[in-house]
Amino acid sequence: MARIQLRDLCGARSGDKGDISDLSLFADDPAAYEAIKAEVTAERVKEHFGVLVKGRVERFEAPNVLALKFVMYEALGGGAPRSLRSDNLGKTHAASLLRMYIDVPDDVAAGARRRRAPVVR
Amino acid sequence: MTIRIGGGQGFYGDGVGPVADLLDTGLNYLVCEALAELTLAILQKDRQRDEALGFTRDLPVYLQAAMPHIVDGRTKFITNAGGINPVAAGRAAAATLKAAGATGVKVATVVGDDVRGRGDELRLPADALFANAYLGARPIVEALDAGATVVVTGRVADASLFAAPLIHEFGWGWDDWDRLAAGVTVGHLLECSGQVTGGNYSGPWWENPDPLRIAFPLAECEPDGSAVITKPEVAGGMVTFDTVREQLLYEVHDPSQYFNPDVTADFTALSVDDLGENRVRISGARGGPPPDTYKGLVCTPAGWAGEARLAYPWPDAEAKARAALAFIKGRARASGVPVEEWCEEYFGVNAYGGPTVDLSGDHEPSEVIGRLAWRTADAESAGRVSQGTGVLGLSGPPTISSTGRGRDGRPTQLLAVDAFPVDRKLVDSQVRVDIEEV
Repeated sequence: MARIQLRDLCGARSGDKGDISDLSLFADDPAAYEAIKAEVTAERVKEHFGVLVKGRVERFEAPNVLALKFVMYEALGGGAPRSLRSDNLGKTHAASLLRMYIDVPDDVAAGARRRRAPVVR
Repeated sequence: MTIRIGGGQGFYGDGVGPVADLLDTGLNYLVCEALAELTLAILQKDRQRDEALGFTRDLPVYLQAAMPHIVDGRTKFITNAGGINPVAAGRAAAATLKAAGATGVKVATVVGDDVRGRGDELRLPADALFANAYLGARPIVEALDAGATVVVTGRVADASLFAAPLIHEFGWGWDDWDRLAAGVTVGHLLECSGQVTGGNYSGPWWENPDPLRIAFPLAECEPDGSAVITKPEVAGGMVTFDTVREQLLYEVHDPSQYFNPDVTADFTALSVDDLGENRVRISGARGGPPPDTYKGLVCTPAGWAGEARLAYPWPDAEAKARAALAFIKGRARASGVPVEEWCEEYFGVNAYGGPTVDLSGDHEPSEVIGRLAWRTADAESAGRVSQGTGVLGLSGPPTISSTGRGRDGRPTQLLAVDAFPVDRKLVDSQVRVDIEEV
């Protein structure tokens, strides 16, 4: 097994509905999908977000597009027009999930193909 | 027969430039989706100032962009720009067409999504500022069946704006769940404009061709419900398996049960096939009956907010920013301002990531912006907290900096928007399609 940060393995996008943050996590091949399915549980995601998510976290699977969906309740400070947070739409939650480290089979880690954006100064 | 539908707008304030590229490809329908939950709250603030407002005011801009295509009958135009005042939006659309010299164009306005007047039956809060039900595709199909070229609605479910022309063109039945689900799928993929063509993309976004000119998307739709999502060749961005799946699951909650007023779609049954050259085929849609109720959204006042941003450089940037925010909170407490909620954020430390950020180790950020936001019951109290911040310039932690221009610190009103179920019969009995020939 190898330890890998989700940023190197997955894509992610998040959005809002009321006070719910809705987050998708995308794998790039079936082996990576099985690995995140085993590791990135609703419980772990709830723990990862700590005080940012006051309610429960539900997980759904979309194997046809190699994706997991997380629905996080009471996660936006009351909902976009009511929230005091800068990110009242939860757009950054996708990035925050990519900070998580998980254990995956060696071949999955070796096959990780998410790249980092070049910084041109 | 292939029907070509373009997604000409993804939110109130979206760009209009990409619409011309879309129209040049030859569209049967241009659909402009203007409403998010947040948008309705913005429109409510407009309508509080002026009863004639409450629709997205960029409607004429999108109409003008499509004018030659609308006038010669090449392209029909559908939008939910009516917001919480579709009647006013319909008038604005007709006026825009008249001003452009259009004649013989039928403009349909869909009304009846406003349920604020039914507050007793729906047990809505007495201070509701707006309450709307999400309508489905039916009134739009009715308008198109009646020959409308321009259809303006209020709160219609985003995807239904796109499903409606397919139902109208292909004659799909209201119990043909798989076809209705296919229409909703196409709508969901197009409704956020550039978000399916390389915008907001978490993959290699830096490799988007021509990033200053990200395309808006279009779908080539077939009678069997399959469709190809693509983009104008001349514009930038990309349409791939990856960009399409990111949009497919965007804000849908359970992907096996995506609720729409006309159908419940199962997105996990879809086949998503990358054909290359910015073409992705969607097929195999599965659907079932919709929920028993419409989704409603009710908006109520939720107090007032103020905020301050204070920036500090290395060394000790975080400590300085924290001291500055503690200063403001302490001053507010000392002067007895009734603050109901505080929100502290430290940009450069963990403003967005919160507890997901590992703060162990001794890395010192090169600068930190402390942001403090607060909620009070009234605007005056929110303003009183702001008055305590100026003194930090000379009497707070050292090396304070401005964060740039553009924020005057005036209190803003907070609004709560909450979903609620709405009896279908109550809504259907008041939905109306008004048609005016320009």
